[in-house]
Amino acid sequence: MSIAASVSGFLYRKPRLRLGMLLSAPLLWLGLAYLGALAALFVTAFWHTDTFTGQVVTEWSLDNFTTLFTDGVYRTITLRTLGIAVAVTVVDAVIAFPMAFYMAKFASPRAQRVLVIAVMTPLWASYLVKAYSWRIMLSGNGLVGWLFGATPGYGLAATVITLSYLWLPYMILPIYAGLDRLPDSLVEASGDLGARSWRTFRSVVLPLTFPAIVAGSIFTFSLTLGDYITVKIVGGANQMLGNVVYDNIGAANNLPFAATVATVPVVIMLVYLAAVRRTGALDNL
Amino acid sequence: MMLSKKTKYVLLAALVLGLAVIYVPLLVVLLNSVNADTTFGWPPSGFTLEWWRRAAENEGVLRALVTSLEAGLAATAIALVLGMMAAFALQRYRFFGKDTVSLLIILPIALPGIVTGIALNNAFRTILGIDLGLFTAIIAHATFCVVVVFNNVVARLRRLGGNLEEASMDLGADGITTFRLVTFPMLRSALLAGGLLAFALSFDEIIVTTFTLGAGLQTLPIWILDNLFRPNQAPVVNVVAAVLIVVSTVPVYLAQRLSGDTASGGRL
Repeated sequence: MSIAASVSGFLYRKPRLRLGMLLSAPLLWLGLAYLGALAALFVTAFWHTDTFTGQVVTEWSLDNFTTLFTDGVYRTITLRTLGIAVAVTVVDAVIAFPMAFYMAKFASPRAQRVLVIAVMTPLWASYLVKAYSWRIMLSGNGLVGWLFGATPGYGLAATVITLSYLWLPYMILPIYAGLDRLPDSLVEASGDLGARSWRTFRSVVLPLTFPAIVAGSIFTFSLTLGDYITVKIVGGANQMLGNVVYDNIGAANNLPFAATVATVPVVIMLVYLAAVRRTGALDNL
Repeated sequence: MMLSKKTKYVLLAALVLGLAVIYVPLLVVLLNSVNADTTFGWPPSGFTLEWWRRAAENEGVLRALVTSLEAGLAATAIALVLGMMAAFALQRYRFFGKDTVSLLIILPIALPGIVTGIALNNAFRTILGIDLGLFTAIIAHATFCVVVVFNNVVARLRRLGGNLEEASMDLGADGITTFRLVTFPMLRSALLAGGLLAFALSFDEIIVTTFTLGAGLQTLPIWILDNLFRPNQAPVVNVVAAVLIVVSTVPVYLAQRLSGDTASGGRL
């Protein structure tokens, strides 16, 4: 009996050992390295930097959180970021629903496969390239101005447009999956009972696909809350939470305060996830 | 479906329009990379390959390309190993804390990139005292690429079941032989698809890279961001952007064709 055979025989008799060996490397990597880093980040949020040396001082205090909550600038930025996230989510839901509806209910199975690939492939094309493309298109003599005779220029509207564009596939795919699961017979029954299209949509289709829409909104929300590059490229002078984090790591060299600000999107996401858990959206991810 | 013809055409129009909007910005970048006019106003004024030639001779771009390739290949290799191990553990065994482990695998990509970025930045610099370099960026990329490989392999394992492996063992093959001759060949296309997607993800990533790549190093996306606001660099930026589109969407398209079971899509 060769060594390999005896090793594999030994392992075959010990499923727990096999499981342990399989899990060890991924768990060490993600559990220790990544969770450890996240935990350390939240600890750092309670430290501060020495104003003279710029070094991190490992003393516990709530000063960073006090600044975050009492300084009007941060409140404005938080509200602006939330507002952008809500706007992006609404825009994406309105655009994605009809697209997903046609894909799920009218396209042939072959066409469905092609359409899913058509929606997914550009999703992976560089985030930065797509934001940059909108910068060119929204500029004074760009495509948007040429097509419509006017351009919103760089500012909050441009930020909402660009972010909605970037996250649109994240909304289309869950809604498509949700509509695909919705039985045609329910829609037909509603029609047989005399409901017109709009009534069927409002009373049958929408309530049943709501969890899928919420699932899509988790992506649009989370991704918008952490963004800082798009707003730098097309947002004019506006800032989002991500910019505050970024500036405090780079220029201001205040890692503890950056960590404090970074807790805001995480807390908002946790609250949002807890709020939507009952809709069943999490099973639609 | 019992919906009226009119509704159907309105929805089809919405779909066509939506897809057009999805593809137009990508086409604009591709067009501008061969646009003779340096201000990239619309419509384009003439055709030129001058910018492609300049990009090919630009040392900063070439160095960034090499860094991107090194980071992408190394991160993909690590992600393939870790993702496959995790997929086998979670798909073939029941154990305490299984849900927590699967949450852990999607966490690096579910949290906003900036949180992942500064968490790792803080861990490397403040906690471990390691200087940022290519190595730290590779570790960061591998962390969020694991989920892509994991998803592809789990989907394939779920579809395969365990019958063929049991048959192989019944016929006298040991565990290692079964893996080599039965399991692995059936997983190969799923691994290839996962690897391609992981590479595309790493190649495009910018936020986490910003926080974990050492000073003086640039990946292609970082190069673009650094040169975006320099007007005389605009033509070369357009070429690099066009390269990024082609380099990242082709593997994704191939991966989609390759594995019928990557249906879930999205980031997860």
